[in-house]
Amino acid sequence: MFENSCVAVLLGSRSSALAERSEVREELQARIRQMQSTRLPERSLPLLDELRPLLPEGLRAGATYSVTGSTSLALALLAAPSREGAWCGMLGLPHLGTEAAAGLGIELDRLVLVPDAGARWLGVAAAMTEVLGLVVAAPSRVTPAEASRLAARLRQRESTLIVLGPWPQADAVLRATASDWSGLGRGHGHLMSRRLRVETVSRGGRPRSRVITLPTRGTDAAASPAATEPPLRLAPDPTATPAAHAS
Amino acid sequence: MPPESPVETVVRTMVLWFPDWPVVAARSIHGLPPAASVAVIDRGIVIACSAEARQEGVRRGLRVREAQLRSPALTVHPHDPETDARAFDPVIAAIEQVIPGVQLIRPGLCAVRARGAARYYGGEEQAATAVLDRLLHEGHPPAVVGIADGRYTAEQAAMQALLGDTEGQAIAIVPPGASPAFLAALPIEAVDAPELAPLLRRLGARTLGDFAALDASDVRARFGEEGAAAHERAAGLDRRPVIPRLPPRDFDSGIDFEPPLDRVDQIAFALRAVAERCAGGLTSAGLVCTGIRVTVTSDRGERSEREWNHPRHFTPAEIVDRVRWQLQGSGGVEGGLESPIARVVISPTRVDAISHHEEGLWGRSPDERIHHGLSRIQSMLGHEAVLTAVPGGGRLLAERRVLVPWGDAPPPRERLAADRPWPGSLPEPAPATVYDPPLAATVLDDGESSVDVDRRGRLSAELAWISIDELQPRRRRRVTAWAGPWPLRQRWWDPARARRADRFQVLDDDGEGWLLLLEQHRWRVEAHYD
Repeated sequence: MFENSCVAVLLGSRSSALAERSEVREELQARIRQMQSTRLPERSLPLLDELRPLLPEGLRAGATYSVTGSTSLALALLAAPSREGAWCGMLGLPHLGTEAAAGLGIELDRLVLVPDAGARWLGVAAAMTEVLGLVVAAPSRVTPAEASRLAARLRQRESTLIVLGPWPQADAVLRATASDWSGLGRGHGHLMSRRLRVETVSRGGRPRSRVITLPTRGTDAAASPAATEPPLRLAPDPTATPAAHAS
Repeated sequence: MPPESPVETVVRTMVLWFPDWPVVAARSIHGLPPAASVAVIDRGIVIACSAEARQEGVRRGLRVREAQLRSPALTVHPHDPETDARAFDPVIAAIEQVIPGVQLIRPGLCAVRARGAARYYGGEEQAATAVLDRLLHEGHPPAVVGIADGRYTAEQAAMQALLGDTEGQAIAIVPPGASPAFLAALPIEAVDAPELAPLLRRLGARTLGDFAALDASDVRARFGEEGAAAHERAAGLDRRPVIPRLPPRDFDSGIDFEPPLDRVDQIAFALRAVAERCAGGLTSAGLVCTGIRVTVTSDRGERSEREWNHPRHFTPAEIVDRVRWQLQGSGGVEGGLESPIARVVISPTRVDAISHHEEGLWGRSPDERIHHGLSRIQSMLGHEAVLTAVPGGGRLLAERRVLVPWGDAPPPRERLAADRPWPGSLPEPAPATVYDPPLAATVLDDGESSVDVDRRGRLSAELAWISIDELQPRRRRRVTAWAGPWPLRQRWWDPARARRADRFQVLDDDGEGWLLLLEQHRWRVEAHYD
């Protein structure tokens, strides 16, 4: 095999042999750099298209995000990874509407809920991030030292923590500052879609403000014909029709 | 070499028959009254009835309505084959102590080879008496015994014994070689293929003897293989051997505490060895268990029984966890027990071959790792603390969210009915925060008086202000947009679950959406579109 390649080099013209040699050298150097690199290559998780303006670099595995002002925004962050097979967890959210989670495209089969961890918040959060790819947690009182221990653990396990509230060492803070719904009038209509102004502060970056339309369904579901039907079609019974009296 | 004479290949068989076994089983397991007329039904047809019911004219094969007409005081119980088998198990165990090698034909009917027992007890009648004495001694229901050449003849003999005797215990013995003569006198309805009986009677064969006298090759040509087998049995040549069952190994493990213990950690510590023994016994038999039943008896005799399932299989530590959770109930980790525990029994309810659960060559699957991690959280916080969600059916949001503890099987899909249309449920999108129970709220109109809906669904005034004291006290939110009332009237026929409420969607001046519920003039917040 080596002989063959040698023969090929000898037979080829001089310039092509040189180019090939420099290519090989560059490839070897790249491999050396790769083996020497001290930073792990960062894996990023998929993101719904609507949320891409907020985090252009994507949702990083092993990072901590702080989301304030909207539970739906945090759920929307989970949707795309969950659909690709990630396991998700919810810690300390006893009022979570699982129907909304399922509607966004989060697989309920791979969703684990721990509604109340009580005084063992940190231990449970660590145990959950150990096995689940993404964890959404209600904030708890933690010291900066505990937070950095948890962050180190997250980096090691490559699992992402999304805290619904302030967090001392978040890699990025997503703050929903203003919200606007469409579809509801005075006495008629119903809530249909929501636009959200989100302020993103990445660590070491400048604050950015973007307006997004919050996805209401997973993109796959929206593409299917059943989902594009008007939502009020299933209402044959006049005594139980939402919004039948509205217009 | 001439073939063996046919009579020699027929095994001398003893059949024990417990008449009306489904009724006996239902009485013992479900605690039905002992001296009332009871019928066990399967899909609307009586399949067994007690002697009291039979006196009033109830028969097998009647429709339930007909049976209730004949016996108005009839207690009807649905047939449960598992109950029958469970109740019959101790009976077989008792018979096996007298004569080994029992074949279970169906619950209520079993067969043993008679020759060995007759030699040991000094005669067939003595052997039968020994079995019946043992059953009587252990308090089992009365049986009838038939002994004859071949299983079919023995069954027929037992039934004849029941008809001929009214004292409860009865033994019928057909001497060796006399089977054809005994069977020949029986009516054709006793034939081993019941669907053939009317046809044979129409063809002129009124007794089994008439049927047996037909030519074997003609019967085979006309009635096929099944008819040929029935013909052979009618001639007293039942060649089916008695195949004794292998007594199942008892994997139940239990421990008695003397004196009774009242601390969960003490019990858990003592149980560790029991759980190891239980799992070890299964492993040596090449099995793993995926379901266990834990029975806890307190010193006052109260029993708590619960089944636990495992998505994979139980390890000793997990068995101990399940017992601990069962003892703690909802009391939490530090909660004490109501009364000291005297006895804990662990019985595997579902087992599987260990080869189906072997770890792969390259270690565990990722799901295994997740299960492990979540089980750890469960052992920290309790079984009910780690949940998975399944979509439920209903109009209220709390009904549409069904939470199942990790490791338990979700309720059946038909019961959840999540994919039904549910007219009157909320339009998409669903709110991300659902309050269960709903929070109290105040809704005012511009004139500062509470808004209400009258009986005809008319709103008293437009919604102007809402305040939710449980979330933010003293904060009034201006209503910028609203829709409703969306009436919710359901299950008026069921007082416990009937609802009569009106729903509103409301948008406040912060752009936050709320779902309000007006029920009996009280406003509450069902959900928050946050």
